[in-house]
Amino acid sequence: MSILLNKNTNILVQGITGSEGSFHAEQMMEYGSKVVCGVTPGKGGHTATINKLPVFNSINEAKKEFQIDATVIFVPPRFAAKAIIEAIEASVQLIVCISEGIPARDMVTVKNMLDKSSSTLIGPNCPGLITAEESKIGITPGFICKKGSVGILSRSGTLTYEAIDQVVNVGLGITTAVGIGGDPVIGSSMIDILKHFENDDDTKGIVMIGEIGGNMENDAARWVKDNLNKPVVSFIAGQTAPKGKRMGHAGAIISEGSETAEAKIKILKECGISVANTVSEIGITMKTLIG
Amino acid sequence: MKIHEYQAKEILKKFNIPIQEGYAIENSGDIDSTIKKVQSDFNCEAVIVKAQIHAGGRGKGGGVKYCPTFKDAQGAANTILGMNLITHQTGPEGKMVNKILITEALDIEKEYYFAITFDRSKNSDVFIVSSEGGVDIEQVAENNPDQIIKAWIDDSPNALENAVKKIILSLSLQKFENVEQMFKDLYKCYIESDCSLLEINPLVSTTSNQIIALDAKVDIDSNALFRHPEIAAYHDKSEEDPLELKAAEYGLNYIKLDGNVGCMVNGAGLAMATMDIVKHCGGEPANFLDVGGAANVETIKNGFKIILSDKNVKSILINIFGGIVRCDRVANGVIQAVKELDLDVVVVVRLQGTNAKLAKKILDESDIELISAETINEAATKAVEMIK
Repeated sequence: MSILLNKNTNILVQGITGSEGSFHAEQMMEYGSKVVCGVTPGKGGHTATINKLPVFNSINEAKKEFQIDATVIFVPPRFAAKAIIEAIEASVQLIVCISEGIPARDMVTVKNMLDKSSSTLIGPNCPGLITAEESKIGITPGFICKKGSVGILSRSGTLTYEAIDQVVNVGLGITTAVGIGGDPVIGSSMIDILKHFENDDDTKGIVMIGEIGGNMENDAARWVKDNLNKPVVSFIAGQTAPKGKRMGHAGAIISEGSETAEAKIKILKECGISVANTVSEIGITMKTLIG
Repeated sequence: MKIHEYQAKEILKKFNIPIQEGYAIENSGDIDSTIKKVQSDFNCEAVIVKAQIHAGGRGKGGGVKYCPTFKDAQGAANTILGMNLITHQTGPEGKMVNKILITEALDIEKEYYFAITFDRSKNSDVFIVSSEGGVDIEQVAENNPDQIIKAWIDDSPNALENAVKKIILSLSLQKFENVEQMFKDLYKCYIESDCSLLEINPLVSTTSNQIIALDAKVDIDSNALFRHPEIAAYHDKSEEDPLELKAAEYGLNYIKLDGNVGCMVNGAGLAMATMDIVKHCGGEPANFLDVGGAANVETIKNGFKIILSDKNVKSILINIFGGIVRCDRVANGVIQAVKELDLDVVVVVRLQGTNAKLAKKILDESDIELISAETINEAATKAVEMIK
């Protein structure tokens, strides 16, 4: 078992003819992902050079020939919201947007549409997700993953990899790892992903990685306290980040007291969550809880 | 992106928001003529001279002066233009005032606080208002939280209408003409200009029964600047840290801090976590630096150049998680960059991910002085210990 994604998930790549899209489509297929086709508006009827995959002008065109369960978006940021909206309108169940730099206003529009649809959006500005030894959607390096019992969710890409690596190295392995994205407006919140992990029998423990900015970790902490029956290890990046400065991620900026790392760590601990003191201690902390 | 008050007011004016009028100048030679022009164009004797810097608290720092006469204005303008202004937001080093705004002085009856921003937890825009205007709103939030009223604008029908009504009632502004339209125009301005923050502190009522924006602070979503070339042109490079600007030219994300352990990392989250662990090990991080996904010789060399421009730096901690980029390539990149730049600081390298073991071997066997480490903890400890 896993969440959101398994080896049978049929995946479409939006922006497949671009350099990122074609490179990662190939990487995904190498890992075992079932990539079935791609979309680039205006390039329909061609085949993507590397993978010999059919390319369509639109998702609806693709849907006439393939069952599409998920789509991954490698589209320049100014067109990415339009690509997400196309996927929502085509009723694709899982939409993963890798693109970084989408205007916040565009994402507010997307989010409002999303709330009225049955689609799930992961990202934007994220590495995507990976179900160990089955399938990956996005750019997570596959070789670091081993099947196991820990679910991972994170606002940061490389911290997701770091967490996977540590959890694998302490002998636990992962079910699914989800990078939810570093933007202020994202499709799936921490709570959304925690709910999936709660319902997955193979996931015995959860690593939740947050950072400064926003209150998502605080909301998630309270939700965990009231609803979740699995151990959670958390880590919050940005204890040394100055206030009011944007730390790389568009969403990583402290604008009020509750958005600091200290405030978040305090709330997480109050809600019974084990917080790793440093980034090095994520794996070992999980090991002490479920190892 | 931050912009100046006078620029924010130019944007507001396009949306028909009544503003306190004036002219911005940067040459002291223009002071006399500009004061006279403000006095005649806006039919006033008294003017205000306001320093234009990207930081709040200008008034308390001496950067805003009320001037009843031409002579006062002359004196204030000559003092403020070119001064090093220190406020609670500039840090102790202060900021050079390169521009001033000379405006009409208004007869103020009452001051209000007004802002529109995005509430991440509710996924909707929010009006934040208070009848305690003109002061530091964070202090009001702390001392008098009841004095701050919020009205959310979600995507339901009439949401804007209802929010506007709520703030007008809560500030008791019913008697003012067109105030409803003005708040709607402010929201229009916020949306259409891709603002992440539109703050007017204070918004004032005058003795002649007008509502006017006395000040304006507007932050624009940098990701949306491609839609607003006229706003992008407002970018004032002199307001930014020169090293941060230089890094941006290299495509690197760098923020200068006060410590002496330089950090070079791929990924924003890992970069923050690396700074944190340096601190945890008893050191002080000198910077945030995200070199991005493609950690190649070029980005690493540029990263070194930026970090070493900060003379406080005594050691450099490189922490790269090689995913798609293989660690052995990163290792060779680091070695080449160190050789080419002839570094004289301690460099500690921790590479994890694809081919990490091979990378460590390459580093250990190279003829340059590098310290390699396996875990972040070990790397941070070494980077801190070596300079004690």
